[in-house]
Amino acid sequence: MSEILVQALSVFLHGLAYGMVLFLISVGLSITMGLMGFVNLAHGAFAMLGGYVAVTLMLRAGVGYPAAVLLAAAATALVSVVLERTLYSRLYDAPELPQVLMTIGLVFVASAAARYVWGPLAQPLQLPSYLAGALQLGAFSFPIYRLVLIAIGLAGAFALWLGLERTLFGARIRAAVDNRRMAESVGIDSHRLFTVTFAIGSALAAVGGGLGADLLAISPAYAEEYLVYFMIVVSVGGLGTIRGPFFAAILLGVIDTTAKYLVPQSGAIVIFLATFVVLFWRPQGLLGRAGAVK
Amino acid sequence: MPKLTPNRRHVITATAAGVASLAMPAIAQTRTVKVGLLLTYSGPFAATGDLGDKGARLYEKLHGAPAPGIKLEVVRRDEGGANPDTAKRLVQELIIRDKVSLLAGIQWTPNAAAVAPLCTEAKMPLIISNAGGASITRMSPYIARVSFTVWQFGYPMGVWAAKQGYKRGYTMVADYVPGHDGEQGFIKGFKEGGGEVIGSVRTPLQNPDFVPFLLRVKDAKPDCLFVFSPGGPQATAVVKTFASLQLKEAGIQLMGSGDLVGEEELPNMGDAVIGTLSAHHYSAAAKRPENEQFIAEWKKEYGPGSVPNSFSVGAWDAMAAVYHVVKNQPGGIDPEKTIALLKGWTHASPRGPIMIDPVERDIVQNIYIRRTEKVGSGYVSTEFETVPMLKDPWKASNPPT
Repeated sequence: MSEILVQALSVFLHGLAYGMVLFLISVGLSITMGLMGFVNLAHGAFAMLGGYVAVTLMLRAGVGYPAAVLLAAAATALVSVVLERTLYSRLYDAPELPQVLMTIGLVFVASAAARYVWGPLAQPLQLPSYLAGALQLGAFSFPIYRLVLIAIGLAGAFALWLGLERTLFGARIRAAVDNRRMAESVGIDSHRLFTVTFAIGSALAAVGGGLGADLLAISPAYAEEYLVYFMIVVSVGGLGTIRGPFFAAILLGVIDTTAKYLVPQSGAIVIFLATFVVLFWRPQGLLGRAGAVK
Repeated sequence: MPKLTPNRRHVITATAAGVASLAMPAIAQTRTVKVGLLLTYSGPFAATGDLGDKGARLYEKLHGAPAPGIKLEVVRRDEGGANPDTAKRLVQELIIRDKVSLLAGIQWTPNAAAVAPLCTEAKMPLIISNAGGASITRMSPYIARVSFTVWQFGYPMGVWAAKQGYKRGYTMVADYVPGHDGEQGFIKGFKEGGGEVIGSVRTPLQNPDFVPFLLRVKDAKPDCLFVFSPGGPQATAVVKTFASLQLKEAGIQLMGSGDLVGEEELPNMGDAVIGTLSAHHYSAAAKRPENEQFIAEWKKEYGPGSVPNSFSVGAWDAMAAVYHVVKNQPGGIDPEKTIALLKGWTHASPRGPIMIDPVERDIVQNIYIRRTEKVGSGYVSTEFETVPMLKDPWKASNPPT
């Protein structure tokens, strides 16, 4: 009996760790899409950039893992602001199709650029020794790296929630997500708000890319390869919230891991079925702001 | 003045004749043979296509023209992964628009299966440089293969494992034809040797996280796990997850086809890969003179940090086969003659001696059992046992109907 419990706990925690990486990468996308209704398919490219910068800093400059991830987040935020000012801002009021085309184009450009700079091979990430081991508690053993992922994911979610619910900046975001016109008419500059949120979202994606690099390998195909997972998290979670993608990512991670463990024959389909069911039942996502006005 | 006209005409005619007599024979002597080369240059598996392409380029560079007066023009096309419809369209274009006389390459079994009917219809010889599904050469009489079949890895690995005393086996393979071939091959070899396969699991071809599958394997407590992975980051994910879930400590030996320990991914796997066993036809670390020369030329061309792998050797040997058939047909490429030339062709490859089976048009080659080790700061797969000149085991037990 206890053996089954240990196995169940192990499967759950592994799913949680996977979900946390997806959450960190996707949450920024949920907020910015909720805020401006901007369909940013290139979001994964920022996670990829974060991963590349982090790995390069570690390999070439000998920077430690945590510092490398933070620097990568800062660099990615900077790049995202430049892109936001030069490209994204032109399409704020455009219909969804031009937005989709522009951002999917960005994905291809990012893939080609990554291939040009870093080559076609996946980047080697060697975890520092303090993350490489496993935690051993009797019959239960669990990789430390994945425990750290869970801890950082939870801490990140909490910090984001505090920032969104308890600060003036957060209140402005919520106001603009709920009713952009009204928010603008009381003096909130939604475009500036978007720039800042976009930078924060991209930085978070970079953190997810860098931290998750051992799980989701950093290669030029990254932004396309995992796009569908980011989109599932955002659409199941709903737009404009923190809690939405948080629970969606956990659900995705845990359901995916459990299904593949229990019924490996059909495991890969289960997550898409779950997505289908959720969206059929709640098209705006689990916790999406149903009344959001663009 | 009228006197000048015939004179001038005479001069011009003579000059023209002189130029023609200089130029004409040269034009008649140089004949261009177009070869279509299909590899995966983009997408998640772009690295494999890149390494294959480098092998083909190196062969061309070192060998020059196939024969005096024959110029080889390689037309490169990107199959972009396992995309049967793309491969089919590209082959159609190569045949109709580019008018190639030969095809080479193809990394993916589904792509090979999709283009096989076109090869038959257009009588277009195709030399497979990588795709390893066993049945490919039976799909068209115009297909010959210089790479491998996945059965050539799974079956000897199973036989060897059973002989070493492993009793309880488990298989985990990517869910597509080569994966199924690897699984069936290993199970057959392992059972024949007296082993028992207690479970098999198939994973999606592009799978982000191997934890659930490997946890399942761990909880089933086998003493060896056979893996077929398409290579690249997927293989790294398997090896790293195997280590981080401590399957080795649980008494499970990891083994697989050589694709699991592709040279280009070894640095990404790090120490996690040490001790992994594999059955394969090529290791960059092999100590054969042909291979040492190949490696030396490779490093000279692509830098000391670059290491060729089985994709490189496959494309290298495919070019060798192309040169063989072009050189021996000075009058032009005939499909029937090409296939006749390929049947029974032998070649000293970096991987050891190879032969094209005269009946099945499939590769016959040495298979090596290897162990991946750390040497200095790098990782290599060291060959320690040889299964000499192995024919495809699947065809041996499934004779043509």
